[in-house]
Amino acid sequence: MHTIRDAMIVFRDEVSASLRNRVGIAIGLVQPCVYLFLFGPLLTKALPSQGDNAWRMYIPGLLVQLALFTTAYAGFNLIPDMRSGYLERLRVTPASRLALLLGRVLRDLVLLTIQLLCILALGLAFGLRASLPGVLASAGYVLLLGISLASLSYMLALRLPLEYLFAPVLNGICLPLMLLSGILLPMTFAPGWLRGISDANPLRYAVDAMRDLFDGRFSTQPVAIGALVVMALAALSMRLSTRVFGQYNS
Amino acid sequence: MQIISDSVLLFRRHLDTTMKSKISILIGMVQPVLYLLLFGPMLEKALPDASGSNAWQMYVPGLLVQLGLFGAGYAGFNLIPDMRAGVIERMRVTPISRLALLLGRVMRDAVVMLIQAVMLTLVAVGFGLRAPLVGVVGSFVMVLALAISLASMSYLLALSLPTEYLFAPVVNTVALPLLLLSGILLPMTFAPGWLSVLSHFSPFRYIVDGMRDLFLGHYATRSVLEGAIVAGVLVVGSLALGTRKFVQANS
Amino acid sequence: MIQVRGLTKTFSSKKGNVTAVAGVDFEVGAGEIVGFLGPNGAGKTTTMRMLTTLLKPSGGSAVIAGHDLLRASGEVRRTIGYVSQTGGAKPAAIIRNDIVLQGRLHGMSKSEAHARADAVLAEFEIEDLAERTAATLSGGQRRRVDMALGLVHRPPVLFLDEPTANLDPQSRALVWSHIRRLREEHGTTVFISTHYLDEADNLCDRVLIIDRGRVVAEDTPEQLKAAIAHDTVQIDVADAVDRAVETLARVDGVHSVSADGNSLSLACDQADQNLSVLLRQLDLAEVRVESVRVVKPSLDDVFMAITHRGRTEATEHAHA
Repeated sequence: MHTIRDAMIVFRDEVSASLRNRVGIAIGLVQPCVYLFLFGPLLTKALPSQGDNAWRMYIPGLLVQLALFTTAYAGFNLIPDMRSGYLERLRVTPASRLALLLGRVLRDLVLLTIQLLCILALGLAFGLRASLPGVLASAGYVLLLGISLASLSYMLALRLPLEYLFAPVLNGICLPLMLLSGILLPMTFAPGWLRGISDANPLRYAVDAMRDLFDGRFSTQPVAIGALVVMALAALSMRLSTRVFGQYNS
Repeated sequence: MQIISDSVLLFRRHLDTTMKSKISILIGMVQPVLYLLLFGPMLEKALPDASGSNAWQMYVPGLLVQLGLFGAGYAGFNLIPDMRAGVIERMRVTPISRLALLLGRVMRDAVVMLIQAVMLTLVAVGFGLRAPLVGVVGSFVMVLALAISLASMSYLLALSLPTEYLFAPVVNTVALPLLLLSGILLPMTFAPGWLSVLSHFSPFRYIVDGMRDLFLGHYATRSVLEGAIVAGVLVVGSLALGTRKFVQANS
Repeated sequence: MIQVRGLTKTFSSKKGNVTAVAGVDFEVGAGEIVGFLGPNGAGKTTTMRMLTTLLKPSGGSAVIAGHDLLRASGEVRRTIGYVSQTGGAKPAAIIRNDIVLQGRLHGMSKSEAHARADAVLAEFEIEDLAERTAATLSGGQRRRVDMALGLVHRPPVLFLDEPTANLDPQSRALVWSHIRRLREEHGTTVFISTHYLDEADNLCDRVLIIDRGRVVAEDTPEQLKAAIAHDTVQIDVADAVDRAVETLARVDGVHSVSADGNSLSLACDQADQNLSVLLRQLDLAEVRVESVRVVKPSLDDVFMAITHRGRTEATEHAHA
């Protein structure tokens, strides 16, 4: 199908530029690494109720935080392309709007995977012991989240009338999302009303699911719900974003 | 003294500008307010020996320091458009003393942060914070010292960086570890040995600990003393460095 | 090659609806170079973006190279090339790679795309720029790269939006010669939108004058000039200026005479044919003529005449 072919062409073009920017990849790792080094050890001691391996509780959240703060900012890469007329030129080729989106999202997933592996390696060094199949399945959840976050980020970049609004708006969205996903402290500590609000946060279901998976529990309700949520979100985000790619007018 | 009247003159001018866009004062508070609303309530259960308002007494001081790090810490950002417009150069050629140039801005930043600190504390009261007024006022004095030092350091940074695009990333990269090491999210009482040692290198840790004691109503403790000394050193040091930079800087 | 019927575009905003294009009809035959001429805001770019599938029309239809614009937009994109006002080169990309990418997105294999890139780099004389990035080029060089990008897949139809805007005269002439060569060597159909009157005059077989979303005139540049505006004749006389003015004003076909010192300026029809009549009349009136010059109208005059007339009509309708 020529959409896949075109998506791969876009992907290869975008990924070679991104992989050359090693500094950028490293910078994306700074925040989760800092949290890993300076917050993780605190948490694991502070919550003895978490059983033998408190890292199993913390790392899943950290991976979602990684996805949130790197992939959600993917739209930044689109803004120069919009400004230079490059995106518009691509839209007048036979390549479909889906191909243009997919190529970019795949690139974002590659970067996310590299960063994910780095964090997991560091976690291992700090004492993380978890079920390997669980970790792999969790990585799947993170990548699906990455698809949603990247697509929505591109959509935001395409829709915002003023490009300097992009970073502030995104910051304003990502922080509450992070706080409401149980990343710093699991939502079990939250009072009822706060838990209620977090029920509206898809990221929370992903974190809950991944915590079970890291423990090696595959057939729990959170795992199932989490899977549905991340898959539905990915499908919806891609559909919306593809449409906005087609409507974009400079 | 000439310096004081010059500083006050500039301070008034900067304050007028800031007051025209009150929204910007609120926007600077968004991050700590979100933490207050969405993270604070969880600490009651998370901190085993804290119950009821105790958890807020532990948390709000840290939150005020966080306000400083990400609020006053970003003060230098406002300098960048002025630098680009050559305003700074123009001012430096007037007879106004270098220190006054810095003080005028820093005073404005301190006032803004005080306003934000008061608002934040009031919201926390709404969420269940109960603390002695004397302690809270004492903490605000520390907040003022914090604002002055962080704003000065921020201007120092803005003038020292080769390109303006580095400002936000550098501030973020520096502020985040300082935030975590100062025991702001979770107190350092739980830290393993090496982490605890590391945290002693963050000046803000002493300030947070001092403010926590004040909020609990303990006024004559070692933490309060340490916090006050560190705050004082920060103020003097940052003003000195900041002024020197204002003198040297070429835009 | 291009058939457009009643193409319309209305934008809805908070202040109400704005009709940028109010029903445009025209045809462009294979191998023609046709220009859309109009001031900024007339609807040229909007029409072009509709024809290049970037914008969905509010009404009307179009067929480009046999493909329906609304129903076969993918096919349309395959057969057209488009060079927008700002061009579409990726500033940080190496030009050769960018051209190859474009070719591949048009369905070419890697080797095809490389071969076509070489061909198009040679055609626009930018081979020595191929390893540089677009951001480092001058305006004229950028334009040629943009055109190379638009033509890598050898489309039978090319759309150019303000191709020489902001270019120096030398680059403009170069771009014009490239466009002419496209038609001569490849039979490419070219549709240009421009607000430069000399560009339309110089390049186009036919000109469509567009004002406020409507085509208000359509013909070859020469016909338009002849039909609408008047020639100007400038006569320098030695003396008897008033007598000269009186005499000339009575000649058939002379619309107006004005004098600036000894220089007379006449607006009249068919100056070439009437010149001998004018000179004979002056001779009979014993006016000594020092010099004569005929100035044919430019598209400038045509444009002023048409749109001015258009606006007067509009105001009349408003009062009616």
